[in-house]
Amino acid sequence: MVGRWRHRAVDHLSPRARGACYHWHLMAINTDVIGKTYPAMTYAVGREKIREYALAVGETQPLYLDLEAAREAGYDDLVAPPMFAVVYGLPAVAVALFDPEVGADFSRLVHGGQEFAWGPLVVAGDEITTTVTVADISERAGNGFFVFESVSDNQHGETVCTGRWSNIVRAA
Amino acid sequence: MPLGPGDELEPLEVTPDKYLTVRYAGASGDFNPIHIDADFAAQVGLPGKILHGLYSMAQVARALTDAGGGPQSLRRLSVQFRGMGLPEHELTVTGSVREINDGVATLEATCEQNGKRIIRNAEAELQL
Repeated sequence: MVGRWRHRAVDHLSPRARGACYHWHLMAINTDVIGKTYPAMTYAVGREKIREYALAVGETQPLYLDLEAAREAGYDDLVAPPMFAVVYGLPAVAVALFDPEVGADFSRLVHGGQEFAWGPLVVAGDEITTTVTVADISERAGNGFFVFESVSDNQHGETVCTGRWSNIVRAA
Repeated sequence: MPLGPGDELEPLEVTPDKYLTVRYAGASGDFNPIHIDADFAAQVGLPGKILHGLYSMAQVARALTDAGGGPQSLRRLSVQFRGMGLPEHELTVTGSVREINDGVATLEATCEQNGKRIIRNAEAELQL
């Protein structure tokens, strides 16, 4: 049941047989792509981007919003809230999610689960490099499960965040 | 006050306004139309524009970092998204400390809206 040959296989069938395969055809998954790692992407963390993100999620801690407060607390610049990991990680995860080899139907995609583990805090001015791997692809009850792992390092080579992004493509 | 086993998090309540999903989309870079386009959301069978799961997770993170004394305290957070969150309805984050080992508190949390848990089984580690 590998997506690589599904189109060719179905194209050979009569329209009626193709209809019988329709459900399977939609949810065929390509497990060959498990383990694929994408080229690293670097995100430059901006001070105003941290403020924009912090305000959007309702954060009020001065470390995220007030430069003087952040410097008085010993940081070089505004501190990014932990969940800012979404901002520097998502561009790299999106490449994997939209990879035709992965074959996730974006129109039926919902976010199933998320895990982050954090290292040193990220501050404005940091450059964060994220590498994404396809951790797992599976199918249960017609739903497709797509799991990606990300590792984000700062410019000093420290891992600031690892992420596990679980997405579900709902059955048609 | 230091956290101890069984302690409850200070509940966090927030009502995302009508345009929150647009601001969060811009801030996060996630422009999936189910979050910002009511017509599109209806076409794919959703009750309306739905909240980004990661926005709701950010509310859980906010309750945790507030309890832990700042962003450096949050070491790990894992959540399962269940159901759909909607703008203009209050979210409530609650949680409690399960155990403390070597200065690291393990917590459980949920995020609820209209009596439904849109995040359940959230697990977190706070460095105390």
